Amino acid sequence: MSTASLCLHHLAEEHHALEDYQGGVPRWCKGCGDNAILAAMQRLCRDEGLRPEKTVFVSGIGCSSRLPHYMRTYGFHGIHGRALPIAEGIKLARPDLHVFVNTGDGDCCSIGAAHWIHAIRYNMNITVLLHDNHIYGLTKKQASPTSPIGTRSNTTPRGSYLDALSPLTVTLGVQNVSFVAQAVDWIPESLFQILTAAYRHRGFSFVRILQRCPEFVGSMFEPWVHDPQRMLMLTHADGTRISPALQKIYRNQLAHDPADINRAREIASSEDPIPVGILYRNPQVPCYEDLRGAGKLRTADQVRSALDGEFDKFTVWPQ
Amino acid sequence: MNAVTPLPARASAARTGPAATVAKHLQTLDQHVIEIMSDSGEGAQKCGQSFGSIAARMGNGVWTVEIIPAEIQPPARSIAGASGNRVRIGSHQVTNGGDEADIAVAFNEQVLLGRVNAGELKAGCIVLLENMWAQHDDAKIAGQYAETRDRLVAEGYRVYEVPMEKECRSLVPDPRKGKNMFVLGMLCNIYSLDMDLARDQVAFIFGKKDAKVIASNVALLEAGWQWAESNLDFKYRVPAVKATVPQVVINGNTAIALGVLASGMDICAMYPITPATSASHYLSDVFERAGGIVHQAEDEIAACAFAIGASYTGRVAVTITSGPGYSLKQEGLGLAVMAEIPLVVVNVQRGGPSTGQPTKVEQGDLLTVMFGSHGDAPKVVLAPGTIEDCFYSMITARRLAETFNMVVVVLSDASLATAQQPFPRPQFSTEWLAPPVDQNPVPDGVTPYDWDPVTGLSRRFVPGQPNGMHTLTGLAHDRNSRVAYDPEINEQGLHARSLKLATLQKTLMPPPVFGEREGELLVVGWGSTRGAIEEAVARLRGEGHRVSSTHLTFLQPMQPGIGEILRGFRQVITVEGNWADDPDDPLIDESNRRYSALAMLLRARYLVDVDCWTEVRGRPIKPGTVYAALRGRLAHLETSR
Repeated sequence: MSTASLCLHHLAEEHHALEDYQGGVPRWCKGCGDNAILAAMQRLCRDEGLRPEKTVFVSGIGCSSRLPHYMRTYGFHGIHGRALPIAEGIKLARPDLHVFVNTGDGDCCSIGAAHWIHAIRYNMNITVLLHDNHIYGLTKKQASPTSPIGTRSNTTPRGSYLDALSPLTVTLGVQNVSFVAQAVDWIPESLFQILTAAYRHRGFSFVRILQRCPEFVGSMFEPWVHDPQRMLMLTHADGTRISPALQKIYRNQLAHDPADINRAREIASSEDPIPVGILYRNPQVPCYEDLRGAGKLRTADQVRSALDGEFDKFTVWPQ
Repeated sequence: MNAVTPLPARASAARTGPAATVAKHLQTLDQHVIEIMSDSGEGAQKCGQSFGSIAARMGNGVWTVEIIPAEIQPPARSIAGASGNRVRIGSHQVTNGGDEADIAVAFNEQVLLGRVNAGELKAGCIVLLENMWAQHDDAKIAGQYAETRDRLVAEGYRVYEVPMEKECRSLVPDPRKGKNMFVLGMLCNIYSLDMDLARDQVAFIFGKKDAKVIASNVALLEAGWQWAESNLDFKYRVPAVKATVPQVVINGNTAIALGVLASGMDICAMYPITPATSASHYLSDVFERAGGIVHQAEDEIAACAFAIGASYTGRVAVTITSGPGYSLKQEGLGLAVMAEIPLVVVNVQRGGPSTGQPTKVEQGDLLTVMFGSHGDAPKVVLAPGTIEDCFYSMITARRLAETFNMVVVVLSDASLATAQQPFPRPQFSTEWLAPPVDQNPVPDGVTPYDWDPVTGLSRRFVPGQPNGMHTLTGLAHDRNSRVAYDPEINEQGLHARSLKLATLQKTLMPPPVFGEREGELLVVGWGSTRGAIEEAVARLRGEGHRVSSTHLTFLQPMQPGIGEILRGFRQVITVEGNWADDPDDPLIDESNRRYSALAMLLRARYLVDVDCWTEVRGRPIKPGTVYAALRGRLAHLETSR
């Protein structure tokens, strides 16, 4: 084979179909919003031409965190709350890998909250999907930090006591924040569009996805699902644009420049209507892996000379 | 006043030592222990370390131990604020910090009192005490000084009052900053050390500063030498055997950091914790030059998870911590065990539980690291017994982690962390380094956990390898890494992970025995107590007792042949720095006595009636203490024949 035809051959090999990203059969409940997220991710991998062996989905524990099992890429189904530091270790050691994190509102905003805050600061080139259904599902219905006040659950049978934590305002309040978006599982087209923008952003891309849990909090998002006017679609030339078809349904639109962090914080504070789109993006924030010079080739000579240099400092030579 | 020998000039004929024109009492010694104490920031540590380095260059055996206050800026002139060094020098190799000190140098009487009260000084030993406090404006301070001095004299100490401040004032504007070099000069005189080497050492310490600084410090050094020559009526010589090979003088934490570098590991994830952090400090300084990265994570849990993530991608990473941090990492370690991700964990033990004694030594984490985490989580546990071991055990740890896809814990402690001892300079070998990350396609039909039924080993797929895609999980999984709750598969996984320890054990050699292979008493130890145990055993053997010792570097799996060694002796006893119940306590009997960690393990594995002797006083166990304890046991054994 000539070099040119070899190249063409490789190109054909590089092309992947949707099935190439489909792993095990999802075991989520019927109607679970996670299915929509999985479909969007598989489509994203195909459309962005990600090589399955160069792609890693990292997760913690919870319904959300089963997602890596349903991809046919590398996956790391870790422990509760620690998906982010695991993903950071992967990225620092191997910046050549595409790293995605699937985490839930319990995993990210409760047990893993410390890591979440610091992951924003590190701003590593990782795409984070917060599957936020406002409830613990896998452990069977306990209130989560994002459960609206008054949520009845097995640990709060008379209603939850505290105001919900807002993952968007928290993320937008941390130094080095570089990408924050919100999507909902029931508008697949916009979900895919937002995830694509998140993937393409170089830095810590944080996408909160409002995700329905029909099993435990079936009516949580019903008013919004059934009333498109209660959705606030963010549009901008530098943000997401809405297709003509969607524009007809979702007429409540707001032009928002993702460079404007103060406006982003105001929009993020809105619970009703629910904003959908890119709230903030700043491609200028340096990535930790770049600051640390990750991924450099390391030779035996480098180790030898560093080691010898150090030993020289401490050596007692025979007289 | 005696006639005085002038200070030998650099490279003069007097280099071999001053001519014996002084009527001094020159005594030749086999070994000596010197303690130098000051307030924090007065430089006693630098003085002690330099003294040790000069002695090492002369060919003496040396062991230096830091005396560290728990606070950063403890109040001046306080008992708790003593900061300094204990230096033991000997004619031969020195393997531990020794017994009570023979000479104490103190910059004020309060820091000295702390050591006196702790029983760290030999009865009647020489005390060289800064006397500026006698004339202090504050009558209270002057009173404290006089009181302590009088007390020490009354108790039989040979107290020499030294006008350190006064002597230094004529040379430098701030004597507080220069006294340590004056004291170094005094000690060089007392121990007949080579002044050229001393000047070199001063030049080395202040090498980054300008020539003026070096010159003024050399002047202080020489003034100290001269003062001792003129005013002290004693002098020692500790004959040295000149070293024939280059040696490095470093502490255990530096050795661990250099071991990380030499092992070919790329990433160290850590969170600050005493007494482990200095290893990471040092590594942070040098690692990047060799392409490595130290990541200070937001907490211990994150440091562990970060290291696991890094390791997962192909190259073994390390996380360095101490007891409380280790506890936090344990859930992560369970994941690494379950998913068979290689990982090196360093635990520099300190006093516990809880915050315990952060700067003090204890060997309290052995059972935690062996059985910790949750469920059955087999891990490899290594315990370096010397500074040299600290270096090489990191190379071993990385290799074992990678070969067996296991978590390897290296158990050091606060004593090794801060002690310095010369050892032959390691010669770099490319075999120390990790192989390149395999990015070849995985052959068809091979699974991520193709557990070998005999060894439990399986190959490892790393991201980037085509055809190897799978999701690794902390859930029970089958050979394809698929989540599985079947009873069979769960047992298969546990079986394979456990077998790996046996596989490793089959590759190990029996531990060496120090002394005869049979006799009355066998002492078993692990970790930093090695030097003290062997010194005590050597002393007892010299007295004709039939006692031997063996020191375990592999705690899990244990080396083969240990049972046979134990059975060669009438009685076996472990010596450890962790808690064990005293059988003489009123409520303690065989049905409730808590044995020390290693004793418990040996009893369980070898069905030998292993006794234990332990000390948890937050300081390195002294050879003399071990000697006395063993002598007691021997007396009992020998009379009960």
